[in-house]
Amino acid sequence: MAETLDLSIYVRRQDDGTAHLDLAIEGIDCAACIDEIENGLCQLPGIVDARLNYTNHRLAVEWQDGKLSSAKVVEELQRLGYRAHPFQPRLMEEEEARRAQWLLKCLAVAGFASMNIMLLAVSVWSGNVTDITPEIRDFFHWLAALIALPAVAYAGQPFFKSALNALRNRRTNMDVPIVIGILLALTLSVIETINSAEHTYFDSVVMLLFFLLCGRYLDQAMRRKTRTVASNLASFRAEVAHKIEDNGEVVLVPTAALKAGDRVLVRPGERVAVDGIVMSGTSEIDESLVTGETAHRAAGVESRIYAGSMNYNGTLTLRVTAAGKGTLLDEVERLLENAAAAKSRYVQLVDRVAKVYAPVVHTAAALTAIAWIASGASAHDALITAISVLIITCPCALALAVPVVQVVASGALFRAGVFLNAGDAFERLAKVDTIVFDKTGTLTLPSMSVVNAGDLEPALLQAASRLALASHHPLAAAVARMARDRRPFEDVIEEPGQGVRAIVEGSEMRLGSPVFCGAEGIAQEAASCDSTASIIALSWGERRAVLLVRQALRPDAVAVVKELRQRGFDCRILSGDRSEAVAPIAAVLGINKWRGGCKPAEKIEALEALKAEGRKVLMVGDGLNDAPALAAAHVSLSPISAADLTQAQADAVFLGDGLEPVQKTIEIARRAHKLMRQNLGIALVYNLIAVPLAFFGYVTPLIAALAMSGSSTIVTLNALRARSRADGAPVEPANPADPVPALQGA
Amino acid sequence: MEVLIYLVPMALLLGLTGLAAFMWSLRNGQYDDVQGAAVRVLSDDDVRK
Repeated sequence: MAETLDLSIYVRRQDDGTAHLDLAIEGIDCAACIDEIENGLCQLPGIVDARLNYTNHRLAVEWQDGKLSSAKVVEELQRLGYRAHPFQPRLMEEEEARRAQWLLKCLAVAGFASMNIMLLAVSVWSGNVTDITPEIRDFFHWLAALIALPAVAYAGQPFFKSALNALRNRRTNMDVPIVIGILLALTLSVIETINSAEHTYFDSVVMLLFFLLCGRYLDQAMRRKTRTVASNLASFRAEVAHKIEDNGEVVLVPTAALKAGDRVLVRPGERVAVDGIVMSGTSEIDESLVTGETAHRAAGVESRIYAGSMNYNGTLTLRVTAAGKGTLLDEVERLLENAAAAKSRYVQLVDRVAKVYAPVVHTAAALTAIAWIASGASAHDALITAISVLIITCPCALALAVPVVQVVASGALFRAGVFLNAGDAFERLAKVDTIVFDKTGTLTLPSMSVVNAGDLEPALLQAASRLALASHHPLAAAVARMARDRRPFEDVIEEPGQGVRAIVEGSEMRLGSPVFCGAEGIAQEAASCDSTASIIALSWGERRAVLLVRQALRPDAVAVVKELRQRGFDCRILSGDRSEAVAPIAAVLGINKWRGGCKPAEKIEALEALKAEGRKVLMVGDGLNDAPALAAAHVSLSPISAADLTQAQADAVFLGDGLEPVQKTIEIARRAHKLMRQNLGIALVYNLIAVPLAFFGYVTPLIAALAMSGSSTIVTLNALRARSRADGAPVEPANPADPVPALQGA
Repeated sequence: MEVLIYLVPMALLLGLTGLAAFMWSLRNGQYDDVQGAAVRVLSDDDVRK
């Protein structure tokens, strides 16, 4: 605690002599926190401004450079009861913020234009059936053109760009027919205005743009919200390392401040925060979060250590290496590249629809023109009718059908603690029939816990866990977590490599290796029953006990896997851990198709084999070794504790200790997919009705406006059902969830 | 109907003023912290000495 973290790399110095620091704040739960934090910080001398963003829980602090240190700010926040983590805005997030602003501007322009043009259009519509003079109608049409042309040129940019991009890559997407419809409608309207005709379509065009932009903006806003929370979480767990300066001094720095070649000190019980090569020292390393292997590996000089490994008993000095240089990482990255290339071939539902839709619509328009000319109409009338077919089929509802459901469903997922990385994941998730789990860190909790706590006397366990608070050993941390009284005993002596001892209530208490506690007998007995757990012995006066420490299953794993199997999902385990360690887990979960000792490439092979059988695989994994498998699977999930590289590959990341989000995700995705298809159906039915009307020339601008806004509204309202049912969902599984504790006890 | 000659441009001008105000508020960062703005209005001591 005495050590202060050096945050200087996060501090931005500005020209006016002030320093600026962005922090992500943990523990904000009510509006009063705003005042407490801002006023609290302003009490510090030298603070120029402190402004908390309540929406994304980030704090911007500015102070006069030199009068205050960044550490002081963090300390003050700590004193106020908030944990602050330095935050560096990621490039992608800034890009998204800019895009959101741009979409909002486009939306505002389209909104302004559609309101004003509608004002003019309604006057013309009512005037046409009463007593409007042709001069005033022309005046109104020219005014509408004056507003619509610049407004479309500005607000239509998102669609023009996307359509142009698709065409350049020789693909089509939904934006291509949209842009064609918009441009034709505008051109036709301008020509009709010049000819002082009765009808123009300016109002339909800008209203269409307004609806579509609403959909785009909501979609983007939802994704941005998810990403903000996810990157806050990432900065909460951003790690620190003890860097050895050139003069031999040890300073605590965020890992982001480390460069290749720096020297880093790793003490026993610490998690290694960077990839590196051991320069001096020996120790045992737990790489379970990296490779899934739970047996420890000995590390000596020249050994390679990966970030995420736990250092057990010796102090190590590492030389930091640039990422992507290790043998494991090399293999992982090579596999990742192949897998990612394979995945990009997936074509989204909307684009598949667009591919069929655009040619059909354009043929229909051409047929209309031909039919009208054949029946003796003038070329002018034929053209106008053909274009009105294009306008009425301009896929407004179709373009909204999928994004609106995505927005509502990812909101439902967000509330369930699942953050979606890929927008199209719903479609893939809904088709899943096989679920492959990684074991370590996915089915089991990422941290160790005492598995036989129920067999011990509660008083003894509490005393042992209070003693464990004083130890630095990683296994002791599992015991310490059981302590209800968080104050360690006084005068605790730690014997390196053996354990801790202290005098408690008059007699000596020891916690550590069986030899240290004189409990070899019962330790051997326990080891013969359960060979995979690590053993900690305890002695207190004459009493002896052993604690079995292991990565325990996630609390609801048994219930969730059972539920998933009952619903007909084929659950499997592919683990990097030894088979002996996987077997008992598989047995408890009732999974009979499992494999242990899988290398990353073998995991991919197994997934490919499943794919060849025609299965759609959901891969759930967390280790660095799982990253290629996650990318190769049809769709993938990872817990928030996963390695950064792994999380980046997963389609969604879930929070919490439970496995329930996996089940929830599939449920919500299935519902969303059903609604998407319903919406597409609604949009197509609308076209089936609208196209014949347009074909026979019955479509006036008034009908076009009603039909378009009507279909868009129906589609949006239908999408909202994804939300109401998802919120109702927790009530249903609450009943089957009741027997969970009973199952665990059994 | 001559009244339309200035009524319509006036309506347009008012609309444009609204649009300009929105653009200004967007640039001014008033949509950066929507939830915060909603609760800040309730605190009395937001003017710092």
